[in-house]
Amino acid sequence: MASFKPTKVPVYPKLGEKVTQDTLYWKNYKAPVQIKEFGAVSNIDFSPVAPHNYAVTAFTRIHIYGPCSQEPVKTFTRFKDTAYCLVPVRTASWVFGRMRRLGGVHVLPFTPKPLPDPFTGGRRTPPTGDIPNAAELTTYQEHTDYIRCGVASKLNRDLFITGGRYVKVWDLLKGGQPLVSLKNHHKTVTCLALSSNGQRLLSASLDRHVKVYNTTSYKVVHNFDYAAAILSLALAPDDESIVVGMTNSILSIKHRKHTEESMEIMSQQRRRPSYRVFVKGKNYVPKQDDYLVSKPVKEHLAKYDRQLKKFNVSKALDTALETWFRRRKPEITVAVMKELNRRGTLKNALAGRDEEQLSRLLHFFIGNVVDTRFAPILVTAAEMILDIYKSVIGQSALIDRQLLRLQNLLETEINLERELLEVLGMLDTMFATSITRKEVPYSDIGRSNGLAQGEASSSRPELQVT
Amino acid sequence: MVEQAEIRVVHQGGSKITFREPVLSSDSRFLLCASGHNVKVFSTATEECVQELRGHTDLVTGVLLRPSNHLQVYSCSADGTVRLWDFTDGVLIKTYVIGYPICSIYASASHDGVVFIVMPAQRDKRSDVFQLVAVNLPQCADQLVETTDLSAVLGDVSSNPVAVAFGRSGEYLASAKGLQLEIYFFKKQKSYRFFLKEDHKNGGRNTFTCVACHPKDDCVATGHEDGKIRLWRNFNHKKEYTYSTLHWHHSAVSSLCFTPEGTNLLSGGVESVLVQWRYGQESQRDFLPRLGAAITHIAVSPDGALFCTSHSDNKITVIQSCVKVSSIIQGLVKGENVQTDLMVDPRSKALVLNGKPGHLQFYSLQRDKLLFNLDIVQQEYIHESGLKQFEVVKAAFDGSGSWLATVEERNPKAAEVEVNLKLWAFDEQTQCFVLNTTISAPHEARITAMCFDQAASSRTTMLLSCSRDGHFKAWQLAPPAHTDDEGPSWSCDFVGAYHNLLPECCCFSADGSLLAVSFQEVVTVWSPSSWELLVTLSQPPGDIRDLCFGRLSCSKYLLGTTTNKLLCCWNLLTCSLEWSTSTDVSLLLGDPLSENMAAFCLQDRSTDLFVFKPSEPRPLFSQKAVCSGRVTRAVFAPREAMLESCEESSQWLNRSQLYFLTSLMDLLTFSTKAEEERLMASSKQLVIDDSVAMTPFYLLLGKHRHQQPETEEQARGRSAERPAVPQSSAAVRELLQTPAHVLPSTSFLCSMFVQSLLISVTDNREENKLSEEEMDSEKGEEEASDEEMEPRVTRPEEALSDSPEMESVAPALTKAQVRELRRVRKLDHSWLAGLLDS
Repeated sequence: MASFKPTKVPVYPKLGEKVTQDTLYWKNYKAPVQIKEFGAVSNIDFSPVAPHNYAVTAFTRIHIYGPCSQEPVKTFTRFKDTAYCLVPVRTASWVFGRMRRLGGVHVLPFTPKPLPDPFTGGRRTPPTGDIPNAAELTTYQEHTDYIRCGVASKLNRDLFITGGRYVKVWDLLKGGQPLVSLKNHHKTVTCLALSSNGQRLLSASLDRHVKVYNTTSYKVVHNFDYAAAILSLALAPDDESIVVGMTNSILSIKHRKHTEESMEIMSQQRRRPSYRVFVKGKNYVPKQDDYLVSKPVKEHLAKYDRQLKKFNVSKALDTALETWFRRRKPEITVAVMKELNRRGTLKNALAGRDEEQLSRLLHFFIGNVVDTRFAPILVTAAEMILDIYKSVIGQSALIDRQLLRLQNLLETEINLERELLEVLGMLDTMFATSITRKEVPYSDIGRSNGLAQGEASSSRPELQVT
Repeated sequence: MVEQAEIRVVHQGGSKITFREPVLSSDSRFLLCASGHNVKVFSTATEECVQELRGHTDLVTGVLLRPSNHLQVYSCSADGTVRLWDFTDGVLIKTYVIGYPICSIYASASHDGVVFIVMPAQRDKRSDVFQLVAVNLPQCADQLVETTDLSAVLGDVSSNPVAVAFGRSGEYLASAKGLQLEIYFFKKQKSYRFFLKEDHKNGGRNTFTCVACHPKDDCVATGHEDGKIRLWRNFNHKKEYTYSTLHWHHSAVSSLCFTPEGTNLLSGGVESVLVQWRYGQESQRDFLPRLGAAITHIAVSPDGALFCTSHSDNKITVIQSCVKVSSIIQGLVKGENVQTDLMVDPRSKALVLNGKPGHLQFYSLQRDKLLFNLDIVQQEYIHESGLKQFEVVKAAFDGSGSWLATVEERNPKAAEVEVNLKLWAFDEQTQCFVLNTTISAPHEARITAMCFDQAASSRTTMLLSCSRDGHFKAWQLAPPAHTDDEGPSWSCDFVGAYHNLLPECCCFSADGSLLAVSFQEVVTVWSPSSWELLVTLSQPPGDIRDLCFGRLSCSKYLLGTTTNKLLCCWNLLTCSLEWSTSTDVSLLLGDPLSENMAAFCLQDRSTDLFVFKPSEPRPLFSQKAVCSGRVTRAVFAPREAMLESCEESSQWLNRSQLYFLTSLMDLLTFSTKAEEERLMASSKQLVIDDSVAMTPFYLLLGKHRHQQPETEEQARGRSAERPAVPQSSAAVRELLQTPAHVLPSTSFLCSMFVQSLLISVTDNREENKLSEEEMDSEKGEEEASDEEMEPRVTRPEEALSDSPEMESVAPALTKAQVRELRRVRKLDHSWLAGLLDS
């Protein structure tokens, strides 16, 4: 006597970005604290010593904030013109450069001594200057736009990174050869920062994004979105907080969530009395010479499976159409419909429903019928519904409205597909003319539906012999 | 020498064990069932086949316990004989020759010396009308008895054995056919007939399917086509009969059975649920659901402790008192057609083909036993006729057996076919296949062929699938896209097509450097490394049916067969046709271990076999009319040990054995005479061991053999070696082989028996020495070593004479006490020596 095999819910490949270690790490920040500054936030810098205060320049003021408080610890307002830059001279103090636009120097990052310090200017070439000698060492002419920022690598003494229109990585040992050019932002990059271990590079841009790169592969591993164009970015030591200043004069501070806090919440949830009843006796560890009487393990079945086991098809469909399943796990609802269709009882399950239930069903169809993963079975079910209820169409305004919506939706979808096929045809002709070999590249049209797993990596040229 | 190498076609296991109702022996320890030309005896506890009763020359159509002797069994066969067997020993006692093919056999305790058989009425074999005949079995001592005393009882009966049943203590006989129930009373010599209307009001189909009679009460239960069960009472009147109707089954009731006391009625059908109805309170039902496949027969042991149900997937389930499945005896599952190819699992060397719905079965050819079923579809199977279910249609193993690819299909006729391609990885730890990747809708149409690159390692291997949508796709194991914890999965590597033609077959060369895909009448040869089309070969007209690369020394050849009755061999070096011959080849097959190829050719509605090397003009072996009908599935199974045959015509069988399925789903193979002799010898050896395992002698001896080490250990306080079973002795073997009732009296045999035992125990020197020390001088050497064996043989007598001493032997005894005790025992047994002398 075999046990009941539960309904197989297929695991669809996630359509969004994959969850990696990086996304987990960079998502582990609290909701941002937003502070309205006096003007556009042009620069932010952290103190490298213990309390890790940070200074923020906004218009003609400089505020110094503590690591926790949202109020400025100290304020400097002695500038007559806009303050642009902060230059750390010693470890715990700042020199506030009140710069006029002399030569347009904005950025002065320092590599650890005794290296020649890259000295980037608001020009198209980053000159490398030697501070003790105050002489320009080299000039690299590669940028085609103003260089807005620069940072020296923490891992390799000979690498430094500049950001302007694009982010470029320079190798000083190779005579200033640009290693990589990162074109991930579509507007000027205004600020660069390295994470505490130097493995990740953060770039902030006027396009309102902060992107995180892996410094070995230079691939984007994470992305932050902000409300306005970003002018400045700073990262606290140990990545404790990310501070971002924007053009709409808002300073956004994100603090890292600490694992103890989340664990505390988890353990609080676990201590509920029902849990204690649940685990009672189950965590008992048998002693060495105890005689174990094994109890048959009762297999847990989901509610819709229990109803399917008893051949209660309508009830099973009702359960699968409950709000939680419908909203959160539409694949379960679809899997139950598929199972009913396989059993040949989908029509029975769909029949005999009142207005409310029918409208819920149609609502689900409207929401999911254009999803390629669900389309085949939902189209079949919708046809069945039309067959069953065609005699009563026109009696309920609600149902009629939903049916019309479904119809419009399908029409737009069909038009869209037709256009896509046209584009594919054009691409085919373009590829065909670009290759002069006997073989003609061949693109498989129909692979867009259903082949979710297989098509991801089939990027090799596909040949058709003519 | 010439004769020794003679090759003939033999049946190789896998016969149906659920053709007729299984029979449980009266002690519920054995289960007998008809299996092809033999009757098989299974142990209900261990599921092992302990005996095979061979002798019939045609299909066995019925097995029946002899009512007067519960250790004997009748079997009837289509060869026109009824044979009486002793099933515990596997000895044929008598053969009654009837002369006409027999469909089924019945007997009842009240009719001594009479069996009832169903045979064709018109005395010719083609007739559709059957009659029930009483056969008076003559009482004579001969082995082969001609029976002439036949008397017809009922004229028009069904050939289905479940449609006839004996009533309460054999007083009447119920037979159902079509819409008519006929009850024949032996005393009155009169039969009553009851008719049902053709079509009931509710549109039910009233045709009778099966009959069962209550053992204690005048009640007949009949099962019907529409799932109803009717209980007929008061049927010894023409008019005043009554019946009540029970209805649970949604389709035909295929079997009904009352328990021996008549308290319960069991019924089963296509739903594969065993239903137990309380007799008298029919509203109370017990169910045993999900038995796996449609129930075809139900049998109950005479003591009512065990039920067994046989199922349409060649399976017999033994059930303990309607609650627990205690054992499952599973034969090779062969549906109407085998959709996957026959394959051999490279690891377990088992034959692999699709078994019960949605499963792949692994069948050991050497042991004729189903190893396990692999659930491919992993969905609840709905037992409903006419429902389209997922079926496993293709499967392929890679060269090392670490990957298995399966294709399942649903609704192949309709416009939208649901296809899933699944890839299974072999898990070393659990020693089974684990699902790795599921690709839903790998192609837009049905998959026509699928093959693995056999040469590559398990990491880099490639799977190729061809489909009716005009494309072939290559699949490869890809590392995971991100650094997640999930392992590598399979993804599409290349999609190819050729002039919008349908790809039919595909084949990798032995070293994996070439790939041949046939598009209708064109063979395209590709390089899998660069996906370049190298050459096209064609021999129009006629589509390509089979493709096969040569191996080893013939690897430069590519062979193909066309639907236009042509077998072509292309030379891949010159890209030209080497030779071709005109035969209608239905199947072309390459031996994976040698250059040989086998071609099954259809000629005059029977199949010929040719075994040849592509490089040689003369076939190595050819046999006309191997079987009737078309052979579409065959496989070369590698042998466990290489055969050493020098005869040229049988050399092709040295490394591997050729198995094939006929159109009637019989699994056949070729065997040489030398091999058969060796097999016979080994099977004889096996039978002896098995009969030892089950005879009453064994039970007597075996029990003591188990007890003795314990008592010895307790007595001596040291671990004694368990003595070897005295099997090597010819005398013992003789004694154990022969049935007890044909042996001379025990006292006559005793001396010989004990003597034989003595010889076998001489290696127990240590114990001998020990006993020699305190042995009386007048006692013979013989007696001393006897000491070891005596408790085993004469235990029952001992139990009478000195059981108190024996029982009181406890581990706490000192050595001196033990010696004392042993001396007492020896003295006691001196009477045996006296018996020996006499």
